[in-house]
Amino acid sequence: MSETIKKFLYLNRKAPYGTIYAWESLEVVLIGAAFDQDVRLMFIDDGVYQLTTGQDTTGIGMKNFSPTYRTLGDYEVKNIYVDKDSLAARGLTPDDLVRIPWEDWETEEEIENIVEVVDTARVSELMEESDVIFSF
Amino acid sequence: MPIEVNGKTYETDEEGYLTNIQEWETGVADVMSKEDDLELTDEHWAIIKFLREYYEEYQIAPAVRVLTKAVGKKMGKDKGNSKYLYGLFPYGPAKQACRYAGLPKPTGCV
Repeated sequence: MSETIKKFLYLNRKAPYGTIYAWESLEVVLIGAAFDQDVRLMFIDDGVYQLTTGQDTTGIGMKNFSPTYRTLGDYEVKNIYVDKDSLAARGLTPDDLVRIPWEDWETEEEIENIVEVVDTARVSELMEESDVIFSF
Repeated sequence: MPIEVNGKTYETDEEGYLTNIQEWETGVADVMSKEDDLELTDEHWAIIKFLREYYEEYQIAPAVRVLTKAVGKKMGKDKGNSKYLYGLFPYGPAKQACRYAGLPKPTGCV
């Protein structure tokens, strides 16, 4: 195991379909989560659409991978942030977003929903304190 | 290499995972396990069924660590541990059981 735990921040800025970025980012996160790092996700700009509920991809012939975000808690991702202004600019509210539960299997500590809507100041702060930022 | 199940042919990828997960039937697991010289018991089937349900809900084949935890939560701590799961699926509970269940190779497995 790595001695230094680095803080990884994955910035998701693009709509879920039309480009491969959203899916690629999710795959990298799921793979990276196995390496005991502090993994955080941030959804900003059109990236906020990735977390919306009720996605239907039948018309575009793509796999609807939105249910997979709900497993992030199982992959020990504990922090998921959504930019408040990006949501508002698209007429979305936190109620339009998927809820992602998290549970510590040893202590049975439970968090009902780890998706947190944050303001611009907090977005900057989170970027500032990260060791590594991946932008998708 | 395609596999034959009850006279029907199923396409698989180079590692033996079904190409089309919708096509699965229990016979697929029977044929695959026979090739591995493994006899499937109710305990194996419980895990295979669990994986199918997991995929149905989350659209993903879980990594072994996640599978272990999820099994523990749903089926009890005596089953949610690597010893039990590797006992059932010696080639790796996620890899091997996912293959039998007709799912893709788990994300993050190499």
